[in-house]
Amino acid sequence: MEKRVLFKGWILPLVLIAPQVLISAVFFFYPAAQAIWQSLFIPDPFGLSSKFVGLGNFEFLLGDPFYRASFVTTAVFSILVTLCSMIPALFLAVIADRLIKGSGVYRTMLIWPYAVAPAVAGVLWLFMFNTRVGVVSWYLGRLGYDWNHVLNGGEAMGLVVIASAWGRISYNFLFFFAALQSVPRSVIEAAAIDGAQFWRRFFTIVLPLITPTAFFLLVVNVVYAFFETFGVIHTITAGGPQQSTTILVYKVFSDGFVGQDLGSSSAQSVILLVVVGLLTVIQFKYIEKRVHY
Amino acid sequence: MKKHMLGLAAVTLALTPIAAAAQTEIQFWHAFTGRLGELVAAQVDNFNASQSDYTVVQSHKGNYSETLNAGIAAFRAQEQPHILMVFEVGTATMMAAKGAIRPVYEVMAESGASFDPDAYIGAVKGYYTTTDGDMLSLPFNSSTPVLWVNRDAFEAAGVDPDMDLSTWENVGEALDALKAGGEDCPLVTAWQSWIHLENFSAYHNVPFASKDNGFAGLDTELMLNGPAQVAHLSAMQDWAKDGKFIYTGRRNEGGANFRSGECALFTESSAGYAGIKAEAEFNFEVRPLPYWKALVDEPQNTIIGGASLWVMSGHESGDYKGVGEFLSYLSSTEVQAQWHQDTGYLPITTAAGDATRASGFYDENPGTDVAVIQMTAKQPTANSKGLRLGSFDQIRGIIDEELEAIWAGDKTAQEAMDSAKARGDALLRRFEAANR
Repeated sequence: MEKRVLFKGWILPLVLIAPQVLISAVFFFYPAAQAIWQSLFIPDPFGLSSKFVGLGNFEFLLGDPFYRASFVTTAVFSILVTLCSMIPALFLAVIADRLIKGSGVYRTMLIWPYAVAPAVAGVLWLFMFNTRVGVVSWYLGRLGYDWNHVLNGGEAMGLVVIASAWGRISYNFLFFFAALQSVPRSVIEAAAIDGAQFWRRFFTIVLPLITPTAFFLLVVNVVYAFFETFGVIHTITAGGPQQSTTILVYKVFSDGFVGQDLGSSSAQSVILLVVVGLLTVIQFKYIEKRVHY
Repeated sequence: MKKHMLGLAAVTLALTPIAAAAQTEIQFWHAFTGRLGELVAAQVDNFNASQSDYTVVQSHKGNYSETLNAGIAAFRAQEQPHILMVFEVGTATMMAAKGAIRPVYEVMAESGASFDPDAYIGAVKGYYTTTDGDMLSLPFNSSTPVLWVNRDAFEAAGVDPDMDLSTWENVGEALDALKAGGEDCPLVTAWQSWIHLENFSAYHNVPFASKDNGFAGLDTELMLNGPAQVAHLSAMQDWAKDGKFIYTGRRNEGGANFRSGECALFTESSAGYAGIKAEAEFNFEVRPLPYWKALVDEPQNTIIGGASLWVMSGHESGDYKGVGEFLSYLSSTEVQAQWHQDTGYLPITTAAGDATRASGFYDENPGTDVAVIQMTAKQPTANSKGLRLGSFDQIRGIIDEELEAIWAGDKTAQEAMDSAKARGDALLRRFEAANR
């Protein structure tokens, strides 16, 4: 039986939700409205003049095959980043959960990469994979593989995915680890007595019980891949080679803050807003149904 | 940003009582760090010490793009500096912003500071001058691409380092010989679009864009898919395929490879001098940028890269007198000659070049005058005066992408340049629409 508190009148409830509404208004609704308004104009960079173009910016964007291609790039990138950051994190959390001695040390060390800023992480990975002086590319060269992410789009994508997912593994690890700790031992022990092996117990008992956490992480990681990875991309590939790592949000940044094309940049952020909105609806409508709370 | 501003304001407040009350402050935002930053700071200190009416306050605002962005954001917030350093790529953006800038020739005329536009080297001045001959911004640091040669690498591969490398035909032969001699990295480049398309076009006197490379109007279109450019890029593509030209990235990543002695030839800005001189542990040499004998009998001039100083509007009229005096100081022969010798940037006035020659600097540092000669040997034509294209930073990004497609062998040079033209023209039309 759910417990509900009922208020009399409207004043108190309004006052109670006011702070949240205010914050949303100032940091979300106002900027979003501004973006929508600006997407209808082509302004000059200095804000001296502005030309109304209606949906011209959207026409310009959607008529550009490179922009349409960047939807696919974004999808590939987000899926890869999400998988590459969640699966290893879950694996590490399961292993760490079984440790009896020294788990504190492992935990601390696994959490460390999260403290590295995305742009710094980008530079670190860039050094390791530098086509001429990088350690990893040197070893790959000795194995007979010629690593060249400055010309090979697939390798560039792989590199930005690794660099983006790496720091994220720590974050996901932390949540998975906490979730695993909350799985009741008695259930696992009962299964063990019934003769279920470790992986069998994991897939039939543990995994379903931690789906709320996994779902939360899925949403958060997709949002991360969409919005917070442009520092990594900027330092490693700047969207290249041939736009093979230009994801939507990186294009918003480079058109707006490098190219000074604020109209196109605003239109792109509106499109991004719609895309992420749709994605969230899909996630909550279809995937959440499979989550056991 | 806001926090930054507050911090700045606090510092300014704290310093005010020390400075004499009558002094007017001139804000100068630039993009230099390290050695170049120190040299700029020294110039500013010397100017401040030389007179008592004005105090120039210099601040570093990040790289070229970031400095321009900081200036634009500050203008929108009405906190703009008096003087803003803008790289050559941002020239069209600044020119189009008529309400945000004050043309340098006007500032100079009003301030009464000595100013003779004809004292500047033609190819430098041309880049920042209107078609009517009015100078809009003051050239500050300018460089031009040259060919850097690792003589030791030539000898190691059994190739004569004194061979003639003035034409790409000869360079092609050198690359064959270097490769055959076991050199893994015969040729690298920095700034591929700037050197192998923009400068290439000027040097061979073919247009990069219509309307005099954009000088004569906003309704300009790219013409970088002409036969000359395509021929050059096709040759480069063949070299890339055979491992004779190594692509290292869009900016000056190749510099590390050359300075470490790994590569034999390097096309890079003349301003690479300081870095190469400091780090190279091999015999190096500067040669003029090669040209195709098959295309022209002798090359035109190359064009510049670098930055100029723009005066921003919206300050009290008295301030501009100080701005004029500071700019006049910066372009004085003495300051310019010193700057040229310290940095490898071009002397922006003829007098500064002559003074450097007279001081014996070129004799002591052979090759430092190659860039100067290359820029000044011929009077610039409409094709070699410079480039003035809106959204040029983005267009360069498009060109970089298409060049990568060539080096990777995904497209022919013609396909890639046709695509670059189509995509770049779309941006030029947007810029035209925004600034009509």
